[in-house]
Amino acid sequence: MATVQKSKSAITLRGSAEIVCDYLNYGINSILFQRGLYPPESFKNTENYELTMLMSTDQKIIEFLENTLTQVKEWLVGRIVNKIALVIMNVKTLEVLERWDFHVEYEGDTSSVEQHSEKPLNTIKKEIRDVLRQITSSVTYLPLLDCLCSFDIQVYTKNDVELPKEWAESEAANVKNAQCVKMRSFSTNIHKMETVVTYKNDDL
Amino acid sequence: MSQFKYVNEINSLFTLEGPLTRGPPLRFQKKGQENFNTSNLNMNNSSKSKSTLNNSTSKTPTKNGGSDVVRFGRKTPSKTPSKGKSKSTTPTPNKGSKTPNGDRFIPSRSATNFDFAHFKLNLNDNEENGAKTLELQKQICDSLNGESISKQRILSYQKKAPSAPEGFVNPMRVIYSQTKTPASVKSNNRYIPQAPDRILDAPDIIDDYYLNLMDWSANNVLAAALGAQVYLWNAGTGNIEQLLELQGNDYICSLAWIQAGDYLAVGTTTGTVELWDCSAFKRLRSMTGHSARVGSLAWNNYVLTSGCRTGQMIHHDVRQREHLLSTISAHSQEICGLKWSPDGKYLASGGNDNVLNIWPSVSGGFHSQNQPLHTLTAHQAAVKALAWCPWQPHVLASGGGTADRHIRFWNCNTGACLNAVDTKSQVCSILWSSHYKELISGHGFANNELIIWKYPGMTKVTELTGHTARVLHLAMSPDGSTVLSAGADETLRLWKCFAVNSVKKKEVQAKSKSSVLKQSIR
Repeated sequence: MATVQKSKSAITLRGSAEIVCDYLNYGINSILFQRGLYPPESFKNTENYELTMLMSTDQKIIEFLENTLTQVKEWLVGRIVNKIALVIMNVKTLEVLERWDFHVEYEGDTSSVEQHSEKPLNTIKKEIRDVLRQITSSVTYLPLLDCLCSFDIQVYTKNDVELPKEWAESEAANVKNAQCVKMRSFSTNIHKMETVVTYKNDDL
Repeated sequence: MSQFKYVNEINSLFTLEGPLTRGPPLRFQKKGQENFNTSNLNMNNSSKSKSTLNNSTSKTPTKNGGSDVVRFGRKTPSKTPSKGKSKSTTPTPNKGSKTPNGDRFIPSRSATNFDFAHFKLNLNDNEENGAKTLELQKQICDSLNGESISKQRILSYQKKAPSAPEGFVNPMRVIYSQTKTPASVKSNNRYIPQAPDRILDAPDIIDDYYLNLMDWSANNVLAAALGAQVYLWNAGTGNIEQLLELQGNDYICSLAWIQAGDYLAVGTTTGTVELWDCSAFKRLRSMTGHSARVGSLAWNNYVLTSGCRTGQMIHHDVRQREHLLSTISAHSQEICGLKWSPDGKYLASGGNDNVLNIWPSVSGGFHSQNQPLHTLTAHQAAVKALAWCPWQPHVLASGGGTADRHIRFWNCNTGACLNAVDTKSQVCSILWSSHYKELISGHGFANNELIIWKYPGMTKVTELTGHTARVLHLAMSPDGSTVLSAGADETLRLWKCFAVNSVKKKEVQAKSKSSVLKQSIR
């Protein structure tokens, strides 16, 4: 009986990667909505983490995120991702206006494939909820993106990664005159995610 | 004991001229005490009896308030060393017998090797500093890039997500630009005359809910259809002229001015749509296409959209000989409301089948697509009253007939119903004010009134009564200050309900000027 219960609450390495990718998906969609990158009509309400999250209904955005995050998940399992960066830039000038960094840290026994975490899923979800709330409330201090913007996702990986099809290396996107705000972090006891937003400070 | 202590203290308080007994000791006294103590200690070593006497007296210092020596035994810094020293037999070198008078450090230079020390110091510094800077650089690098640059690759998926559509404006702008609540609080206090500014006679106006018999042009000319005739009333000069008269039993069913200019479109019972040049009083063309009366008309640039009793909707290109752009079976019953949004993106059509359709315009053209974007069935009666919000181009207000009595607000981008208000009366017409965040609606039974609503709260600002039959149509003057209502009681009433307070406007302008002046002086 005890073994059954134990296996119920345990999170595997792959499961943890999935939790992280779920968070990334919701977080990125939430940022796209909150920062007003796309028309609000193109988002629909979805309940998750006991929050109403807004998810894009644009087929191309969905596809892009799905393709990217599936690959990221594989890399998370292989422990080769250091950071996932959501870069927001001006469409016309290609100037980087904002960057959301999702730092990944690997906790516990980082060599074994059979790594397990005993952390209850509800606690993790609560931690994620807190981060997502912070992202939502970031509108109050982030500057207005007063131009047509596009976004890109850059994955910072270790050197020994094999470049998959349709992926390419890109340059680091640095924000000029940057200002940093660190959000809360959450951890599955396998992956620890830290969210940081870097934005262009116009006040100076 | 304690009472004596108290009395002593009181005494010492009142003897102002006597020596100070309270508060920290004076500087010269401290110095004296130090000397005394150290010299005392030297004596203590030999005779303990005196130190014990000193300690015992220090416990109750106030007893002998007059004596200097005892008072120093109180809570002064010198107390602790005296205690400690009474226990330890070896005095500290500082205060010991060697240099009793100061705390100066006098190095003995003869014992130090300066050259060696200098060499040793510099050697250590260089080595450690080098290591530290490297470490620091590495840490800075790490914290900036997550990990050192050399050890990682930055990858991204090549099929990028599309950017937002062209012309899209960040909706968050509202949050950043608006400082006050959108609804102006002050405008509630403005004076709205309860009586009409003017009353005009409109004999033989047809009492039919499904027609649109009045329109006010951008050139300040009001066109009104009375039976078979169309009259033009110039609101500036007061001139009234007859534009046309139909023959036989035919009557006018709808009127619509082009957005800018002197062209009037007229819909008739026969199903033709006529185009009139009102400066020359000349018919330009007559466009066929409908098989029944044309009860509603709407302009969008050079495209004239007409709605028919059959439920058909036709887009006419008035410039072309082949004017028919498209024929759409829009409704299953008569179309009585038809309005293009101010930005020309959407067409709203309301019918007697209780349906409100939103049609998107074709890209690059001025007519609508053949399939509606939204089909809204919330109204329970014919939808005649339609009005687009002047400041939010995707917001539409629609009013239902007798069985429905609701004014509903729609977001046409999503098709969501934003708000619904039961007006308790048939809604015949709606207009938005361009000066205030308000709208006015014309109603039928029981009060035959006009109601001014505050948007978006939808609280009643005022009710304008006077018509003795239902208010069929509403039109707004081009300056937005006056509303004209056509009643089934054969009167046209002019209400100056949205007049702008000129004094206040001037004040605002003056204020802004003065502030500019201030800046320039500075």
